[in-house]
Amino acid sequence: MGVCVCVCVCVCVCVCVCVLMCVCVNGCVCVCVCACVRACVRVFTRHQVLRISAKDELQLSALRDLEALDHLQLDIWIGVRDVSTPVDIRVPAFSLSTVKSHLDYYEIQYSIMIRDLQVALDEEAEEMDAATRDVEPRNTDAFDYSRYHTIEEARNQPFSTGGTSRPAIWLDTGIHSREWVTQASGTWFAKNIVDTYGKDQVLTAILDKMDIFLEIVTNPDGFAYTHSKNRMWRKTRKPNPGSSCVGVDPNRNWDAGFGGAGASSSPCSETYRGPSANSESEVKAIVDFVKSHGNMKAFVSIHAYSQMLLFPYGFTKSPARDHGELNELAKKAITNLASLYGTRYRYGSIINTIYQASGGTIDWTYDQGIKYSYTFELRDTGRYGFILPANQILPTAKETWLALMTIMDHSSRNSY
Amino acid sequence: MSPALMRVLRVVVLLSAVRGAPLATVTLPPVILEPVPLEPVAPVPVPSEPVRVDSGADQNISIPINTEQQQQQQQQQQQVSLDVDVMLTGELNPNHYPARRAAQVVLHHLNTRYGSPYWWGALRQVHKATAEALGDSGRKYSLEVTLQDQISGTKETCTAEVVFPGGPAGGPPQVTTSYEGKSEINTQAQEEALYNQYNTSQNLLSGHNLPDSYGHVAPGMEPFWHLGGVASSFVMLKESSENTLYNMAQVVSVTQLATENNQLRFNYDVLLHEMVSQEIIHWKLLASWSPQEGVKASQMELLPKCHHCEPPQEH
Repeated sequence: MGVCVCVCVCVCVCVCVCVLMCVCVNGCVCVCVCACVRACVRVFTRHQVLRISAKDELQLSALRDLEALDHLQLDIWIGVRDVSTPVDIRVPAFSLSTVKSHLDYYEIQYSIMIRDLQVALDEEAEEMDAATRDVEPRNTDAFDYSRYHTIEEARNQPFSTGGTSRPAIWLDTGIHSREWVTQASGTWFAKNIVDTYGKDQVLTAILDKMDIFLEIVTNPDGFAYTHSKNRMWRKTRKPNPGSSCVGVDPNRNWDAGFGGAGASSSPCSETYRGPSANSESEVKAIVDFVKSHGNMKAFVSIHAYSQMLLFPYGFTKSPARDHGELNELAKKAITNLASLYGTRYRYGSIINTIYQASGGTIDWTYDQGIKYSYTFELRDTGRYGFILPANQILPTAKETWLALMTIMDHSSRNSY
Repeated sequence: MSPALMRVLRVVVLLSAVRGAPLATVTLPPVILEPVPLEPVAPVPVPSEPVRVDSGADQNISIPINTEQQQQQQQQQQQVSLDVDVMLTGELNPNHYPARRAAQVVLHHLNTRYGSPYWWGALRQVHKATAEALGDSGRKYSLEVTLQDQISGTKETCTAEVVFPGGPAGGPPQVTTSYEGKSEINTQAQEEALYNQYNTSQNLLSGHNLPDSYGHVAPGMEPFWHLGGVASSFVMLKESSENTLYNMAQVVSVTQLATENNQLRFNYDVLLHEMVSQEIIHWKLLASWSPQEGVKASQMELLPKCHHCEPPQEH
């Protein structure tokens, strides 16, 4: 097996787990699973991470009260669950005395796991820099999957195709965190690629020619928030200066028709475009990656719900130059999707089919020259909406995969 | 680095996409952390979204757009600036949003008339749609739709008219349909059974998070999920315009009250999803129901959007 170029574009503001899985076949599948906790502070100097052990319900309740005090700006790493599970909380310097008094008052045991988070981060960064100066492994068996890697290390592996990047396909799920069937489907896509490469002729042909990049939890902070606090959270979790409202709609933050009708200028709105295009790190990371890769041929951003397959534009009624081809390909894709379980999809340009939306992902990618730019809205049509039952994950993923294969196959056969 | 640190420390990995760049950490402009007071927030009104010209030319089920139509369209589009509010009249593309939004209103109307814990209609397909301007009186849509009961899966086709009133006062849309009632009557037995089971002053029903975060509804609670959806249609109907598309996202809570005038009564707390603004809108309402009278909703109250609130804990 060769080695891949893998880039994880999991980005949060500060603290993030990025699990990078490189499947090394002739093509490349890079899977990013990201979980972030956004703190949005510049430095963590004198911030401490406390591990807290509540011994009874009263103490648990006291901890929950503490968590609810927004002005302390506590960053919950492991939240309050039960008496047998410790709670880990990052406490900013200015809240330390308040928190410790609260804990002492309730006689709650705690230990200081990290005495100064910034020092710890600096040390780790230093260690990683040092590691990159070590001798690079010459094959994948020696490639250390337990360590975080820089892009240079990955690229210097013997597999390198040399020169420019291979033509590539980008898939992302979970940019809107409440759309849980998408992250779940993305996970299945990854597994399916690994399982069927070498067995499925069409997929193998695609991967022998192109790379696939798959970002599964594209909005990690939002995703964490849908688990811990609010199942219906859509946006990023970045605080907005001067407002008590949090977050930016990452699908209105792209530099395509930015500022026009089809997005909101209010931080409290679910379609808040943000202070400027690419203000959200989740978006900027993808923008930077796509631009520097320079050879992306298809870009698919996956949402839910409504059962639609959409192509540009969202910000303007002017039809895309390739409207005809995109429309025909969409029709083929949804026909293949329906062949599995009869699930009915509508298709068309965003602005005709669903609504006007400015600053959207695929409007930007299309105007970058990525012709096969599509957005999916997966199951269902409103009965369950965002809270689709888990027993629909696999059927949704499998039928959607047929549509994705149609698009990817077409991209692979129609180079431009 | 200690294993303990590795276990708990989640490390920034921002791999610069620029070739050859070293690992970079993200720095942000300094953010001043000040205590954020929990002030009450006024209800967020659904923003009015101007309706755009629909090209109408591409029937996105079978006929691809031809280049001549495309050129014509392009010329048309160049004349339409982004700020112009142009409403479409005449034949509409049944798969585009103007027809779909009007059709959704028809379904909300039908649910208020025919809905029950065992009949909950949804829009399946729009076959035909036209729109006309009525001057000051507003705009009228004429539609042919197929609706489907979400519980049994039974489908029916009917025609309908939806009038969105004009003028600043607005007001709820007015709907008439050719639908004559559910063709199957076998829900009657289930309805009677449910009614008898809960027509009591003891052990009043209560539930919450229907469905829960994972899409799960306990079998015994399903009728009350459906009832919540039907009762929500009263709200969604009166709140609908050409710039909205509503679905019920979740029943936050349902609490039974004592039966009055032979109607079972329930206080509902629901979350509605408005597709155009993407807002989750919180409403309270009182739903009353009996097999004879059907579902009625009253005391409908919009709750303010709470930016710091969390939904009730999962159990």
